[in-house]
Amino acid sequence: MAKNLLEKVWDAHTVRTLPTGQTQLFIGLHLVHEVTSPQAFDMLRTRDMTVAFPERTYATVDHIVPTLNQARPLVDELAEQMMVALERNCAQYNIPFSDLNTDTQGIVHVIGPELGLTQPGMTIACGDSHTSTHGAFGAVAFGIGTSQVRDVLASQCLAIDPLKVRRVIVNGALGLGVYAKDVVLEIIARLGVTGGVGYAYEYAGSAVDSMTMDERMTICNMSIEGGARVGYVNPDATTFEHLKGRPFAPSGAALDRALEWWSSMASDSDASYDDEVMLDGTTIEPKVTWGINPSQSVDIGGRIPKPADVVDAERDSLAEAVEFMGLKAGSLIRGTAINVAFIGSCTNSRLSDLREAAKVVHGHKVADSVRALVVPGSKSVRLAAEREGLDQVFMDAGFEWRGAGCSMCLAMNPDRLEGREICASSSNRNFKGRQGSPTGRTLLMSPAMVAAAAITGAVTDVREILTQT
Amino acid sequence: MNNSSSIDLTTGTAVPLRGNNIDTDRIIPARYLKAVTFDGLGDHVFEDDRASMPNHPFSNSSYCQASILLANQNFGSGSSREHAPQALKRWGIHICIAESFSDIFRGNSLSIGLPCFTAVHSDVEFLMGCVEESPRTLLTVSVSDLTLNISERSISLAMPAAMSAALLKGQWDATGILIDRFEQVRATGFSLPYMKGF
Repeated sequence: MAKNLLEKVWDAHTVRTLPTGQTQLFIGLHLVHEVTSPQAFDMLRTRDMTVAFPERTYATVDHIVPTLNQARPLVDELAEQMMVALERNCAQYNIPFSDLNTDTQGIVHVIGPELGLTQPGMTIACGDSHTSTHGAFGAVAFGIGTSQVRDVLASQCLAIDPLKVRRVIVNGALGLGVYAKDVVLEIIARLGVTGGVGYAYEYAGSAVDSMTMDERMTICNMSIEGGARVGYVNPDATTFEHLKGRPFAPSGAALDRALEWWSSMASDSDASYDDEVMLDGTTIEPKVTWGINPSQSVDIGGRIPKPADVVDAERDSLAEAVEFMGLKAGSLIRGTAINVAFIGSCTNSRLSDLREAAKVVHGHKVADSVRALVVPGSKSVRLAAEREGLDQVFMDAGFEWRGAGCSMCLAMNPDRLEGREICASSSNRNFKGRQGSPTGRTLLMSPAMVAAAAITGAVTDVREILTQT
Repeated sequence: MNNSSSIDLTTGTAVPLRGNNIDTDRIIPARYLKAVTFDGLGDHVFEDDRASMPNHPFSNSSYCQASILLANQNFGSGSSREHAPQALKRWGIHICIAESFSDIFRGNSLSIGLPCFTAVHSDVEFLMGCVEESPRTLLTVSVSDLTLNISERSISLAMPAAMSAALLKGQWDATGILIDRFEQVRATGFSLPYMKGF
């Protein structure tokens, strides 16, 4: 019988059906970071348990990492405590760890793919909701909480209910200045923040087929913002080419066998889905969020909705968002003044993101009113960007060039908004208080759009800069 | 081995929290994730919302003894931080009832023995209205019957069958059953070609 990728991966990893009716699912790769793991390791110790498969576990440090002064002990005592806990836990249980002293440290969802740990047909779990990112490779990747981190450490398994699958088809070529970020913001705007609850999203169509792995990661990354815990793209030649030569990827004869298995895990052409939606990629515009959840976005030429523009059920949310954001219903989003520009996060901090932003920045200066920073997703990204001279392009323009980590996406390190600052951000969440100031405001957009906002001091259509001669 | 006990009947008062899409950053701001334990999280639940909204129900002394949370759509969206249900539980919440939940929040809540039920919009509105009018109204919630009793009225609740089974069997802490047949885990694992380097 024809199956989709989720069904194939699910079947291959099912240990048994538990007495509760949930599936006991084997997890092929467990990624660990400092924020959601210390309590899980403590619970293991309390219960006199050990890590079942340390060789299928991999740790790094990202959320609390300062992007300026990384000297130990860290200035922030709580951050230092978390760092020490992870070091101790990795040492005690023999878990490989890309710590701050390695060249492989970075955001967990950037380094997994970079190292070739993330592979097609695999199940992956991590105590972070953006684990869906790894689905770009045709893996089934779950964000989990700390008790489930404990479960996976102890058993390499999750107790989990099956998911339905919605195929999200995006056809057609994207226009100039339109990026994967705009595509996923459009998907979330159409399907809503709850549209994906209970579903995995399979992204398909000619627009997705022609995307690079970095772009596919951006789309899968934000699946959770649409409510879908899992998002994936079927593995293809682009995926396989990207994996070749990475430290944990197979090589030689093993690679040939891997390619055969990876290909076999892709959805069958006659597979069935619980739902299917179609978008025309040629009509997608650069997008900007105006509200306090990622579905509240408009095209760059669009206006912030008025109460009359939305259905009754959304009117309260609209009023709350407009009030918090200090924006005016019915006004254009373009021209909204910004204070901070942030290029980074697991959504958009990879080399191609920095290249696209640098193209916009090149030859310009950051507006006097704007504080702008670039936080590469990993040390590898940072080093590769420096080899290309991207750091110089950003610094010449007045951007700060920082060390790798999650940084101002959620402000668990010293990088944060102050007071009512408004930030053009390439990250994934515009929730109230997300960027470290309870009253701070976030406008989500592509890295190129953030770059355009940084140099003009206001929300700008990046195409105006890209088409300047 | 079992680290959890059966959860079925709960009786208590309820706190109404109006609004859709209340995300986990609002339930517990990220700055409180900077810790190696969950201790003390209850003191910071909804901290920023409470600071900006003087009438926030979690600041209202009428609800300070509540053990049942009433919420609207998509409660607990966003981050996978278990700190969110941990903070609610440590504040005193033992049951969550909402029109809908995010998948990760509901899974995290189950894994710490915090049942999350859904109810239809009109029933949630009715319940919120009741407890706004009389905060001391007692509600009794049953996992086995999937009902909520308030005064003379009974309201239908819903929950995925596996979740209610896990609560009733006392298997919401899954570690025990997951390592129970470890040979089967190893067999499944090593049947996968990538586990042996292809």
